[in-house]
Amino acid sequence: MSRAFRAAARGASLLTYYFDLAWRSCRRSKALTALVVLLMGCGAATCMVSFAVFRAAAADPIPWKSQQLFVPQIDNFGPAHNWKGEPPTLLSYTDAVALLQARQARRQVLIYGSKWTVLPGDAQHLPSSQEGDAVSHDFFAMFDAPFRYGGGWSASDDEQRAAVVVISSALNRKLFGGANSVGREIELDAHAYRIVGVLDDWNPSPRFFDVSSTWYPFSRPRQLYVPFSRAIDLHKAASTNFYCSTNSVDPYLPNWDSILHSECAWIAAWVELPRRADVERYRDWLHNYAAEQQRVGRFDWPPNVRLSGVGQWLQIMKVVPKSSALSLIVSVSFLLICLVNVVGLMLARFMRRAPEIGVRRALGASRGAIYRQFLTEAAAIGLAGGVLGLLLTALGMVGIGKVFEPEIARLATLDASLLLLTVLVAVTASLVAALYPTWRAAQVQPAWQLKSNG
Amino acid sequence: MQIRPILAALRRHKMATLLIVLQIALTLAAVSNALFIVKTRVLHLSRPSGTDEAHLVAIRNEWIGQPDARHIDAQMRADLATLRNLPGVRDAFASQAYPLQEGGGGLVRIKHRVEQTTKAQLALSYLADEHAIDTFGITLVAGRNFRADEIGSLGPYDKVAPAVIIITRDLAHKLFPDDVAVGQRVYLSDDGPSTIIGVVDRLQGSYAGSSTRSIDEDTVLVPARYASSDDGASYAGGTVYLVRAQPGQLAAVLRAAPAALVAQNRMRVINPEDGMVTLAQARTKAYATDRGVAIMMGAMCLLLLLATAGGIVGLSSFWVGQRRRSIGVRRALGATRGDILRYFQAENALIVGAGVVLGAALGIAANLSLMAHYELPRMPLWLLGVGALLLWLLGQLAVLGPARRAAAVPPVEATRSV
Repeated sequence: MSRAFRAAARGASLLTYYFDLAWRSCRRSKALTALVVLLMGCGAATCMVSFAVFRAAAADPIPWKSQQLFVPQIDNFGPAHNWKGEPPTLLSYTDAVALLQARQARRQVLIYGSKWTVLPGDAQHLPSSQEGDAVSHDFFAMFDAPFRYGGGWSASDDEQRAAVVVISSALNRKLFGGANSVGREIELDAHAYRIVGVLDDWNPSPRFFDVSSTWYPFSRPRQLYVPFSRAIDLHKAASTNFYCSTNSVDPYLPNWDSILHSECAWIAAWVELPRRADVERYRDWLHNYAAEQQRVGRFDWPPNVRLSGVGQWLQIMKVVPKSSALSLIVSVSFLLICLVNVVGLMLARFMRRAPEIGVRRALGASRGAIYRQFLTEAAAIGLAGGVLGLLLTALGMVGIGKVFEPEIARLATLDASLLLLTVLVAVTASLVAALYPTWRAAQVQPAWQLKSNG
Repeated sequence: MQIRPILAALRRHKMATLLIVLQIALTLAAVSNALFIVKTRVLHLSRPSGTDEAHLVAIRNEWIGQPDARHIDAQMRADLATLRNLPGVRDAFASQAYPLQEGGGGLVRIKHRVEQTTKAQLALSYLADEHAIDTFGITLVAGRNFRADEIGSLGPYDKVAPAVIIITRDLAHKLFPDDVAVGQRVYLSDDGPSTIIGVVDRLQGSYAGSSTRSIDEDTVLVPARYASSDDGASYAGGTVYLVRAQPGQLAAVLRAAPAALVAQNRMRVINPEDGMVTLAQARTKAYATDRGVAIMMGAMCLLLLLATAGGIVGLSSFWVGQRRRSIGVRRALGATRGDILRYFQAENALIVGAGVVLGAALGIAANLSLMAHYELPRMPLWLLGVGALLLWLLGQLAVLGPARRAAAVPPVEATRSV
């Protein structure tokens, strides 16, 4: 037998011995052990459930491309009407169209949301109301929207205000039973539209691209997309965010033309800037555009523009609900309090066994052996807590919709990494909690314990 | 009871004492804040909407194909006549939102004068007609109801400037703290004054969330029908029909109403999933997360208290075990069982007292930092007092077992050694 093997075998048998000791001690103080396991399990589970929700809400919806997508903002409200110096989160029609026509980015997209009534061909079915976005043609390429059938429309369709539409797979199932419907017509708001594409199941979470206008980053998926220019021509009003000032009454807008020429903000814009140099160049262009507006007298304030990436934009839009951040804070503090309690309980547990430690030390066990023994015990308790935590986390994921917004709770998933993390958190927390009690246990003097009464 | 020997004994167990103090402090801070959040949530979800919720149903109706205002207005009148004539229906009216909804009401800014530069009074509005008060089941406490000829028609580009309005008592108090509101004129827009003709006792706005908490009871009834399929500056496209059923007839009305409307005219959309909700359903849905948070916080509190009690039991019994000899000595020197019992109780009271002081400070700090980041009011001090009392009682209860065991140590223990 090699030395290394013998050492390993001895280590393994010692570990079994430590586990055996831990098991005996747990049986001796059942209530205390149960309480520690319960605390660790509950602490870890609440943390994991809130973390799962937080992770779902704070996810990057388009990780492969989020570094290249940006939202431009132009302050057309001015210091008297903007929000603490920040430009509006949407663009006016004037600025949106100027940005689209300038073509300073690789791709540029305008978006606003509206509701459409879909009339079925036959009289048996009842009409339905569907939410959709009016977008310019670069939309599908910019956000890598996957198509099941067909594709997006072209730049010339945009220019000709073509009556074309891209529908979601859900709407395609509802209207055509999931068959390839490209080339067929549907009636929206009593106008005929030709279907050019059917999207695959596509619902980025959060739905970042129209978050500034729709307010619903986790629910109400868009069912159809029509050309922006066509929607404007049809006087299709925005069913989404529309505001003209952050602090005063909206101006009088007697007709569609006055809406288009107003300084009200209601159109979301995105630009695709692949390289870092492009971003700087675009920033300069935005600044110059605002400076030009000031020069011609439209703005009487210096340029106030922003260009934000996806992550930054989701932060500005406060996509992660405050409640989910709050519950993460609450549950982490809960775990910490549990930890403090566990330190106390472990201290009582370990110190009660001072006589046993004294005897083991007197029989030749080193300090290191005592450390190993008690940390093994802590890890074992942590493991038990972790298993309980797993059960509670799984249970929590079922009831999650009762505590968090159901739309977000739906996105929180129990995957392997979360399971592993639960056990890891419980074991690590138990080990940390056991550090001080173990240190105290290792300080027990063999002679003193043997002399005095145990 | 002597404090000095207790302190001397505790000095030998600095870390263990500190741990219990910390445990008590953290528990008090966490439990008081959690209970406070539960209290605000429960308060929030038990607010009455002021309406006859048990018999009300809201039907969201959308128009198809951008019909013009005249057509929509005529259709709405026809729909209302159909609904009011349905068996089991007490009354009905058309609005754009309903109570306990998550948003959808028009926000209005009310000014006393057009040229007013101070901040306008914010309020939430419902479009209404002369049937609104009876349908909601609210009571007029002053003034009169709308007349049929006062109900206007609003288009998407129109400004809201009705000649007459009815407001809630809460809003009346805010607008005219020392005056009678009925007969006064206010401005909902710069286009013209609106005369307050009536005051109703209570009617909650359409936002069930907490974002509009301060103006939830400040509601304006605007006498108009919104006749557009488009979303306007203030109102979402479509119509909400509010229908009040006769007692016991709600189920029948729920079945009959959408069918009757479709039979009247097919060119409409009533979403089969969420187009029709009773106010009871709306309340359950709107406050589901509030209830969940309250339950979760309550469970956490219970567990924390349990853990703290367990910690006290654990450390106290450990101490008792460690001090058996000194207890024996004290007993041998003439201390009674009661003396020993009281010693451990006093020790616990002292430790919990220190923890409570620290915990109160931590709890207030936590409340202040929560207030800075979240919409949470200041925590009342009595709640900390209740928490402190609870922990103190819990401590006494937890220490009782170990202390009794300590009191049971016989004096002869003093003479024993290994």
